[in-house]
Amino acid sequence: MAGLTRASATPEGGVSSRQASSTSPWAEAWRRFKRHRLAYVSLWILCLLSLVVLLGPLVYKVGINDIDFTARMKGPSVAHPFGTDDLGRDLLARMLYGGRISLAVGVAAMLTGMVIGVVIGAVAGISRGWVDAFLMWLTDLFLSLPQLPLLLLLIFFFREALKSVFGPEIGIFLLIVLVIGGLSWMPVARLVRAQFFSLREKEFVEAARALGASTQRQVMRHILPNALGPVIVAATIAVAAAIISESTLSFLGLGFPPDIPTWGRILNDSRDYLDIAMHWALFPGIAIFITVLTINFVGDGLRDALDPRKVL
Amino acid sequence: MGIYILRRLLIAVPSLLGISLVLFTVLALAPGDPFEELATNPNVPPEVRMALRASLGLDDPVWQRYLHWLTSMLKGEWGFSFISRIDVDTLIWDRIPVTIAVIGLSQLVALAIALPVGILAAVKPYSWFDRIASTFAFIGFSLPTFFTGILFILFFSIHLGWFPFVFQSEVSATGWAWWVVQFKQSIMPIMVLGLFQAASWMRYVRSSVLDVIRLDYVTTARSKGLTERVVVLKHAVRNALIPVVTLVMLQLPGVFGGAIVTEQIFRVPGIGSLLIDSILRNDTPVIMAVTFVLACLVVLFNLVADILYGWLDPRISYT
Repeated sequence: MAGLTRASATPEGGVSSRQASSTSPWAEAWRRFKRHRLAYVSLWILCLLSLVVLLGPLVYKVGINDIDFTARMKGPSVAHPFGTDDLGRDLLARMLYGGRISLAVGVAAMLTGMVIGVVIGAVAGISRGWVDAFLMWLTDLFLSLPQLPLLLLLIFFFREALKSVFGPEIGIFLLIVLVIGGLSWMPVARLVRAQFFSLREKEFVEAARALGASTQRQVMRHILPNALGPVIVAATIAVAAAIISESTLSFLGLGFPPDIPTWGRILNDSRDYLDIAMHWALFPGIAIFITVLTINFVGDGLRDALDPRKVL
Repeated sequence: MGIYILRRLLIAVPSLLGISLVLFTVLALAPGDPFEELATNPNVPPEVRMALRASLGLDDPVWQRYLHWLTSMLKGEWGFSFISRIDVDTLIWDRIPVTIAVIGLSQLVALAIALPVGILAAVKPYSWFDRIASTFAFIGFSLPTFFTGILFILFFSIHLGWFPFVFQSEVSATGWAWWVVQFKQSIMPIMVLGLFQAASWMRYVRSSVLDVIRLDYVTTARSKGLTERVVVLKHAVRNALIPVVTLVMLQLPGVFGGAIVTEQIFRVPGIGSLLIDSILRNDTPVIMAVTFVLACLVVLFNLVADILYGWLDPRISYT
């Protein structure tokens, strides 16, 4: 491919004068991130949303299971800002509670997937021969599994067992996090492996090797920190994907038990009353949409900010 | 070419075996006993139960059980539905055509949107058209299909009253009226799936075309005095589409996931809603068979992707 210039990768010595002033890489990344206005605004919305979901139940003290048959399927009002459902339960209170679960599942599943992906990718990237070949075969195998059916299958088979060991709430939470995380590590593994392949031949790693650094030190001190940028971006996107997976499961009636109101579950409950109680479906749906959209925008901004070749 | 396809076929076999191994492991590790129902039934004496277990090979070593399970799965002996009381394979073959039709048409819709929009956005990057298209694509793939489906129902079925929101498998009308009814009831599921796919494909097409459009050979084509149309469509897009084809094919497992959700929302009697229904009713033979069929379809599409890739990209040798 000699003589061809790729359009996307144009270094052109862009980060010129600022490089001279001694800013840390993180401060530089933050400066670049702020340039992406949509991502910056999204980050604030996301922080606000997390704060509301975390602290909201402390301020808004309405029980999630307070049944009130006199106020069934009422639209938004002063007493119930988001309206009520078919049993007269307050939707705002239920959504605040569900938001905690959705966000917690998203972050926990992302962490699970990242740990597995980084470990597998790093091991495959630093070792050659059959270890690498086997791990990549495993990655390809997992990539070609039908994700959603397998998720449903695993939850169907192991739901009862975990429920009896850890209790309904913690058991299902663990199961969903493990299953979503355990089926989402493959792109990260490939990404990390590719990064390792190019980084381990770079001069600075060679220098470390020449100075007698052990493989472990080369990986932990020199290669991994430099491979972190794309991993952070992938981690951000993975949170959004995990939230969608959890909502999908709950929406299909196979996530958390019916008395735990996650956003997907509320949306599922509302399906039979779409014509008379539109607000019931709209609020949780919009909540999922805004969360996923802002996370994706933040991921996009991070991609630009952490890519040193990109001129901002 | 024939040898190439044969080689790809041979490579597909281990991955099919791997998937079947994963499915079997899940099945074998799953707590609970298929004979739970019999065990709790006081009319069945324990000796009969043990004899039944032995006859079904449940006491054999694991590898024998796996081989036994795999051969019967491959032969299409998927057992007997606990709920519907008919053979699982007739149940599945009944449902597959609808699913294939909905998925196939939605992919066509997605291509029809993503290709032109992605190419136009890449030809003039950072123009107003590109900005609007990219923003819509971002919104499009941040909207989960279950929420788009509900929004469609709210707007088109309830607010405007154009389309029915429950799919009917038995349409009484004939001739033109039949097509009209079918069109009306399948347009929403198809659009929900299609728009979601279009959003992510449009980004692939855009970045892929953007990658090639400033390469030297495109400049050469321009400097020869070819029209912009020929340069873009014949020189740039043709090459840009090669990576897009693989990405599209690799995304198809996800499309099946989307189809499960869409079928559930619009109550389309396809293989996805069959899966959900049987999970909600603990109908294990149907669940295993549907998952196995979906896994086979995924392997099949990966195979098609490989073959298409080899055919599109002359740098890959067939031998």
